[in-house]
Amino acid sequence: MTENNSLGNNSVGIVAPQTAHFNTPLTLKSGAVLPQFDLVYETYGTLNADKSNAVLICHALSGTHHVAGKYTENDKYAGWWDNLVGPNKPLDTNKFFVIGLNNLGGCHGSTGPVSVNPDTNQQWGSQFPIVTVEDWVKSQALLADYLGIEQLAAVIGGSLGGMQALQWTIAYPERVRHALVIASAPNLTAQNIAFNEVARQAIITDPDFHGGDYYTHKVLPRRGLRIARMLGHITYLSDDAMGAKFGRKLKGEIKYSFDAEFEMESYLRYQGDKFAGEFDANTYLRMTRALDYYDPALNFDGDLSAALNKVTAKFLVVSFTSDWRFSPTRSREIVKALLDNERTVSYAEVTAAHGHDAFLMPDAHYHNILRAYLNSIEVGTHREK
Amino acid sequence: MKNNVNITNSIQEFRQDFAIISGWINFRSKVLDLGCGDGALLQFLRSSLEVKGYGVEKDDTNWLACMNNGVNVIQMDLEDGLSGFEDQSFDTVILSQTLQAMHNTEEIVLEMLRVGREVIVTFPNFGYWRNRIQILSGNMPVSKILPYQWFDTPNVHLCTINDFDQFCRNHKISVLERKVITDGNQIDLMPNFLGNLAIYRLKANYLKAN
Repeated sequence: MTENNSLGNNSVGIVAPQTAHFNTPLTLKSGAVLPQFDLVYETYGTLNADKSNAVLICHALSGTHHVAGKYTENDKYAGWWDNLVGPNKPLDTNKFFVIGLNNLGGCHGSTGPVSVNPDTNQQWGSQFPIVTVEDWVKSQALLADYLGIEQLAAVIGGSLGGMQALQWTIAYPERVRHALVIASAPNLTAQNIAFNEVARQAIITDPDFHGGDYYTHKVLPRRGLRIARMLGHITYLSDDAMGAKFGRKLKGEIKYSFDAEFEMESYLRYQGDKFAGEFDANTYLRMTRALDYYDPALNFDGDLSAALNKVTAKFLVVSFTSDWRFSPTRSREIVKALLDNERTVSYAEVTAAHGHDAFLMPDAHYHNILRAYLNSIEVGTHREK
Repeated sequence: MKNNVNITNSIQEFRQDFAIISGWINFRSKVLDLGCGDGALLQFLRSSLEVKGYGVEKDDTNWLACMNNGVNVIQMDLEDGLSGFEDQSFDTVILSQTLQAMHNTEEIVLEMLRVGREVIVTFPNFGYWRNRIQILSGNMPVSKILPYQWFDTPNVHLCTINDFDQFCRNHKISVLERKVITDGNQIDLMPNFLGNLAIYRLKANYLKAN
């Protein structure tokens, strides 16, 4: 890719997704077996000769494999973490070979509830199994195998993506040198599980949900998914950020109605509608469940330090001061467990107003942190000519 | 956070305590440097003694400097204590020329003694004769080691060597060693009068029951 292209400086440019097909059955944590599956992924930059410069990006609740660049010059938006990934950006594609994928159970091309079950020739729907963070990491390791990558230079993720980065270091300590765990937590708090449950109930009680088999009824549980997303949006922002952005601003005169009279309402409705039109409700249910279930300390009597005992990767942990869903306190638990094991770790607590969403924002200091850490990662021979 | 940056600058100009500190640290030991600035001390200790080092720093600019210097750095405010660190989990915990800028001075010293098997504290001696002369002449002391004007100083708990000795006695802290220097020269005679910078090596006499 050229550094200066029609999409602007430092863009990875025009990209295209690829599909990796896996014929070997995958046994999931639940015991369910996926007989075969596809993973859709994108890559940016060039894998170097000794394959030591690969960085995996793990997505959060609603992310995809489309991390950076555009599919056509006319695309309205670039990939979801385009501000991070590109030539001379903090995650510099001149140095690293960057991989983004859509997780199992997703709705953007990887095998998930919307996919056709080869055994039935029907869409999986309600029959698609519950996938976990552990399952995702297992499938990501298979993708690394497929790409011929024995060891990742780094795994990076925010929120649910950060949990995957952490899980990589636990499940495959010898296969990952660095983990960047951003705005994440070693498990969800009761409050977070509660939010997820409200979101799921909104979807499940939508009359168009049909127990998850709405595809066969040719309907979509849009109302439920819309409310779930509205709730999510509230919790990803801080009170201050909402106040600064919307305050009590009205769209017009008070009408004494239940219309979207406040700009806040209008924004939520817009975000909800947009999301309900492009995301799959079954996927949303599974993503939130994966969040709920993740708890690497569970088998160690809640002792995270014991759970991280075999970890060898070096860590950068980042949190944001106004993030109340994945608060700095939770990140500090990860840091403490790593310190207890005398692992190499740095921790940054970024002063930011944007709440949980801050991890996606191009804040200068935040990006300087990531840039400084990623610069310090050593990779072997440079790109093949 | 302008003040913290200034503290770093003063450390950079004034590293005469580094040599003494490194003399009290074992090869390949585990070191925690509180208020580590740009990480210069840890960088020095890593290259000279191969220590496993971690810095604690709250300032954003210093945090980045540490990262760029290859120093592990944990961003937190020392005023909140050291709850993220287990009892006796470090060989040495260092507080270099930061004590006088702490609000919870007493708490941080006790926390250091909890976390570190040994503790090194350095601070500018307010009893140094040049400081006394400036006070006698009617002004707050301003010097290379105390570079601030009274109105912009981060230093809120300045003390003399006598004061700190008293503090250690009152808190049942063992002073394993104490060195006092002025412009790089060790001062043995009348240290509280002739010494500019005090460097203490401490150990807890007792452990606080948690």
